[in-house]
Amino acid sequence: MSLNQEGVGRIARLARIELSAAESAATQDQLNDILGFIARLQAVDTTGIEPMAHAVDVVQRLRPDFITETDRRADFQAIAPEVEGGLYLVPKVIE
Amino acid sequence: MINASLKELSAALAQRKISAVELATLFLNRIERMNPTLNAFITTDRDKTLAQARCADEMRKVGADDAAAASSLHGIPLAHKDIFCTQGWRTTCGSKMLANFISPYDAHVVERFAAAGMVTLGKLNMDEFAMGSSNETSFFGAVKNPWDVSRVPGGSSGGSAAAIAARLAPAATGTDTGGSIRQPAALCGLTGLKPTYGVVSRYGMIAFASSLDQAGPMAKSAEDCALLLTAMAGFDTRDSTSLERPAEDYSRDLNQPLTGLKIGLPKEFFGAGMDNDVRAVVEAALDEYRKLGATTVAVSLPNSELSVPAYYVIAPAEASSNLSRFDGVRYGYRAPDYGDLADMYSKTRAQGFGAEVKRRILIGTYVLSHGYYDAYYLQAQKIRRLIAADFTEAFKQCDVIMGPTSPSVAFAFGAKNADPVQMYLSDIYTISTNLAGLPGMSLPCGFGNNNMPVGLQIIGRWFDETKMLNAAHQYQQVTDWHSRMPEGLA
Repeated sequence: MSLNQEGVGRIARLARIELSAAESAATQDQLNDILGFIARLQAVDTTGIEPMAHAVDVVQRLRPDFITETDRRADFQAIAPEVEGGLYLVPKVIE
Repeated sequence: MINASLKELSAALAQRKISAVELATLFLNRIERMNPTLNAFITTDRDKTLAQARCADEMRKVGADDAAAASSLHGIPLAHKDIFCTQGWRTTCGSKMLANFISPYDAHVVERFAAAGMVTLGKLNMDEFAMGSSNETSFFGAVKNPWDVSRVPGGSSGGSAAAIAARLAPAATGTDTGGSIRQPAALCGLTGLKPTYGVVSRYGMIAFASSLDQAGPMAKSAEDCALLLTAMAGFDTRDSTSLERPAEDYSRDLNQPLTGLKIGLPKEFFGAGMDNDVRAVVEAALDEYRKLGATTVAVSLPNSELSVPAYYVIAPAEASSNLSRFDGVRYGYRAPDYGDLADMYSKTRAQGFGAEVKRRILIGTYVLSHGYYDAYYLQAQKIRRLIAADFTEAFKQCDVIMGPTSPSVAFAFGAKNADPVQMYLSDIYTISTNLAGLPGMSLPCGFGNNNMPVGLQIIGRWFDETKMLNAAHQYQQVTDWHSRMPEGLA
């Protein structure tokens, strides 16, 4: 499976990364090199093998539903690009 | 002092031969002098460091029975890889995206070392978001290898490795997702350890591939690493994969004899991919182990050639998800000009991330996308289980596995830049350990071509860090590779 220009554009859109036309051509070659490299995985017979999602088999820990965090909104918003009145500002989404 | 072990520094501090302030000043002065050449540190702050050192000295004055002053690491300086959040210090992760990010909290590892009374020397350079094997992807410029400044220090913990090799810090933190502690340790001639997955909390450690990322110590010797790991390890509720296990003293078995130790040598680690100079030095190290009473046995890890391709599906998949948080809204970089919200995201991420990070996000997005998930991601996860099962089988015949850490000594800048796949293959011997979640370490075992250091890799059973450290320490009792330092840097 190799990616064409259209495919590269689709992936870049999904990943929310803008690519210029020049970058897009170079990216296509590099991604296809990497996809060629990982393609050898397809040849392996993995019938009946359970996927291993994690390095250790542990069950998600549960905890009582108590408030454990203090309110640090001001600290967290002090490092944001743009805030106003305790809200994060982004371009208008709904017209 | 710059060559002293942590134990020696600890004794000197306890006997008041030197103060924490004097010790920190000694290293800060070396950093000031040599960092312009080596570029190992991204951030230093003399006032903050000396304030911490003064505090350590004060605590010692107040009384030795005080818990902190009783810590064997109290007053000793160390530096943190810039992937660990440090409150009040910039935490960049080697990226333009976080170039001005000041974390509002400390990582668990940072808290642990602060509680032990250690003094922070600064934040160390690294490949951007830990994605790289040569430190050339850092937004802040490449780190130079102190053994030869025309060569890479390895990556991604290249700043950590270079700082210790040049004696700009006696110890450092690192992280290892596919070899990022062990490979730079090998290329710079030091000792570094990646613990079993889950032993050290990932809280406050900027995520790359969460099912593989693990923090560990980097220092001159196994003895030093054991002390550091004892301070770093431990259960933390804030990391959902942190393991609830009794606390361990990782120094406890350092002095055990190696008589009867069974060392497995995977035939796949001694094949054609390894350079001859590396092979000769690794073979000599194994002879030394036989003299120490160990025996070697041939083992096989038949799926190890699949480890790099499986890793380059799994790690980018997890990275594409983890790095979606960098969108210019809550922290970090935001593009100066944009149209609508989607345009702001796309421009912010296009400008804030470097080429290798973007490449991995795109690969990750692709393998997780509709129609490809089963063929790539699920298949890679199945192969991951085969790779882990290979180790289970091999460990039926041996106590530890040994081999080279890296197929070659440190390479020249630019040598592998143009070809991402060639760069990925420099982690061929380290990646399977991360996929299986096993502990691994690298220790210096001699010099190869152009007098560059070579690392011996030791892989242990799950949670068998003490056995690896024992094996490394005993070797370091009869060899002095770990105490060599680059010429001209005294």
